[in-house]
Amino acid sequence: MNLPIYLDNNATTPLDPRVLEAMLPYFNSKFGNAASRNHAFGWAAEEGVDYAREQVAQLIGATEKEIIFTSGATESDNLAIKGVFEMYKEKGNHIITCVTEHKAVLDACKHLEKLGAQVTYLPVKEDGLIDLGQLEAAMTEKTILVSIMYGNNEIGVIQPVKEIAAIAHKFGALFMTDATQAVGKIPVNVIVDGIDLMAFTGHKMYGPKGVGALYVRRKNPRVKVTAQMDGGGHERGMRSGTLNVPGIVGLGKAAELCRLEMEEESKRLSALRDKLQSSLLEMEESYLNGNKENRLPHVTNISFKYVEGEGLMMAMKDLAVSSGSACTSASLEPSYVLKSLGLSDDLAHSSIRFGLGRFTTEEEVDFAIEQTKKAVNHLRELSPLWEMFKEGVDLDSVEWAEH
Amino acid sequence: MRVYFDNAATTPVDKEVLKEMYQVMETQFGNPSSIHSHGREVRTVIEKARKTVAGLLHTSPSQIFFTSGGTEADNTAIRCGIIDHGIKHAITSRIEHHAVVHTLEALEQSGLIKLSFLEVDGKGNVDLQHLEDLLKANERSFVSLMHANNEIGTLTDIERVGEICEQYNAIFHCDTVQTLGHYPHDLSKLKVHFMVCAAHKLHGPKGAGFLFINHNIKIRPMIYGGSQERNMRGGTENVYGIVGLAKAMEIAYREMEQHQVHIQNLKTYMIEQLLQNIPDIKFNGETDSEKSLYTVLSVSFPEMDMAEMLLFNLDIAGISASGGSACSSGTDIGSHVLNGIKANPKRPAVRFSFSKYNTKEEVDYVVAKIKDVCLVKA
Repeated sequence: MNLPIYLDNNATTPLDPRVLEAMLPYFNSKFGNAASRNHAFGWAAEEGVDYAREQVAQLIGATEKEIIFTSGATESDNLAIKGVFEMYKEKGNHIITCVTEHKAVLDACKHLEKLGAQVTYLPVKEDGLIDLGQLEAAMTEKTILVSIMYGNNEIGVIQPVKEIAAIAHKFGALFMTDATQAVGKIPVNVIVDGIDLMAFTGHKMYGPKGVGALYVRRKNPRVKVTAQMDGGGHERGMRSGTLNVPGIVGLGKAAELCRLEMEEESKRLSALRDKLQSSLLEMEESYLNGNKENRLPHVTNISFKYVEGEGLMMAMKDLAVSSGSACTSASLEPSYVLKSLGLSDDLAHSSIRFGLGRFTTEEEVDFAIEQTKKAVNHLRELSPLWEMFKEGVDLDSVEWAEH
Repeated sequence: MRVYFDNAATTPVDKEVLKEMYQVMETQFGNPSSIHSHGREVRTVIEKARKTVAGLLHTSPSQIFFTSGGTEADNTAIRCGIIDHGIKHAITSRIEHHAVVHTLEALEQSGLIKLSFLEVDGKGNVDLQHLEDLLKANERSFVSLMHANNEIGTLTDIERVGEICEQYNAIFHCDTVQTLGHYPHDLSKLKVHFMVCAAHKLHGPKGAGFLFINHNIKIRPMIYGGSQERNMRGGTENVYGIVGLAKAMEIAYREMEQHQVHIQNLKTYMIEQLLQNIPDIKFNGETDSEKSLYTVLSVSFPEMDMAEMLLFNLDIAGISASGGSACSSGTDIGSHVLNGIKANPKRPAVRFSFSKYNTKEEVDYVVAKIKDVCLVKA
């Protein structure tokens, strides 16, 4: 077993060796520019891209022409949200999203507010899911877009996308979903789910970093987005820039592997995850965050009360885990996702996200259980708060003296 | 024989570059924003790459921002440089890359700016007096001029442009996609606000590039959603792409003189051979080595009926070249660059572009094949 054990597969995943192998020829033998239309090097590159487009489309039930390759999910999110806002501004300026979205969605929306967008940020219930009644109540004639993520990156809850799509469509709005965490992990089908735009990325499904995609529906309705980057008119004019051919080939291969292995892999992972989760929840004063049933198979997020957050991360140094999203982990702020479930700052700080992956073994999970228990118990032994709790002091009623 | 003479479209990744990328792809997969050791390790790799790039360009790492490539870098500089500074007037030329022209036109169409095009002579030289006149006549302007034209190779004196822009307090964006790693750029001296790189033009990987943003200009991000690139560009970094970019730059700078001599010799030789062997052959743009990018040669063929067969026949002979920029190949509207220099549309143009991997034998082979094609046609 190599230490530290990597249990942060929601932040990023290792590149599958089979993906790497598929990418290699495109660096220096089939190295052409996919837009070079009059020679063999260009065609070979284009062929690689076309095949990848098929592989990606197949994973999500789309057609090839509906796949726009980008540099990653963040760019896809930006393109979808800003692109719809610009394209449909005649129709309205209202966008509905939710407080637990990834920063890529929230920050794009905040940016649009400065340009005249009205944005509704729906709250979530204690279990991390949005209230469909609240969504419906928020819809107006001016609503052009509902953007709700598929699976949450911190707590793994799966939003009722089909129902959300139906509500959006009932009011003539488009439905966009950031499915970065869900695509490749659970069956996602844009037709069944009624998705109009969907962002996802390679590096969350054992593909390479620096490449992602945006699904843009072409039929019922035909969706258009205004390009956010102009140039050679690549990707049907929606995203200019020389195609990252090896990256795209890698994304395609990763998508194919996920499609073929998803069913068994999700069973294996949810069994391991459940083992980890139930063992840790056996501990006193440990709580699961987010809805237990509607959840991605490989994620669990657990709060350990009366444990100091930073100390916990230090004590678990043999485990590569995270206390929230990697994209915000540099900041010392407690997770806004956990806070929106109603957790206090302290409890949010002492929460850990475990993200299992394709290369996680049972041995590693057993080790993680042991290490986490040891760390939590150790820190509680040192904690006066834990001692007071054990003595039956109601900590909420204590008035702390000011220094 | 297979000959790749389309290196202005893209270049093969250098083996040394791939080796370095491979190692990272195989072993270092963390998310650089993660605070655990998997993440920290990768963060170090990225910052080392940034330092390498900055060092070669004589600037500080805090002015180098990694992007997904040249087009994203150009768009960021132009859109944010103009919008965030309330610029109402921009100056460019009709022979700039589409990433520049189309972006500026989009801003013009949305009513944000007035757009002026500089006069360009028949060899692709922009009129710098016209630039001064326009700067004099307008309020603070945004100027976007490329270092070397990607289709005809004509170089622009960007040091002079930088001085003029400084004199009139204009913002200067320079698309250096074709020249980065081919000529030394000294950012401690060059008066430029934005400069752009695409790694795949210098034997680095596709999907990686950077934007130099001078300390003296502040912009907001174009892509939101994360604190990456010091809050300037949201999105998980393309770690191996960045590693490959830095390595490619390192090699390009290490071997720059040697490559320049080798490639310039190939180009000069090809010009000589074509002149000797093909009647009525001409060249688009400057060909003088002082005024022309040494990797690009745009050949203007004699008028012929089946112009479109030229590239086709070259391809049959195993020769990869291009009719224009790859980014617009496949379109039938003809090259905007050749239109911009008022080239005779009846004379077919083929761009041959070279790299360090090309040889004199390849030039001989290509010239022989061209001779065959032209003789048949004549």
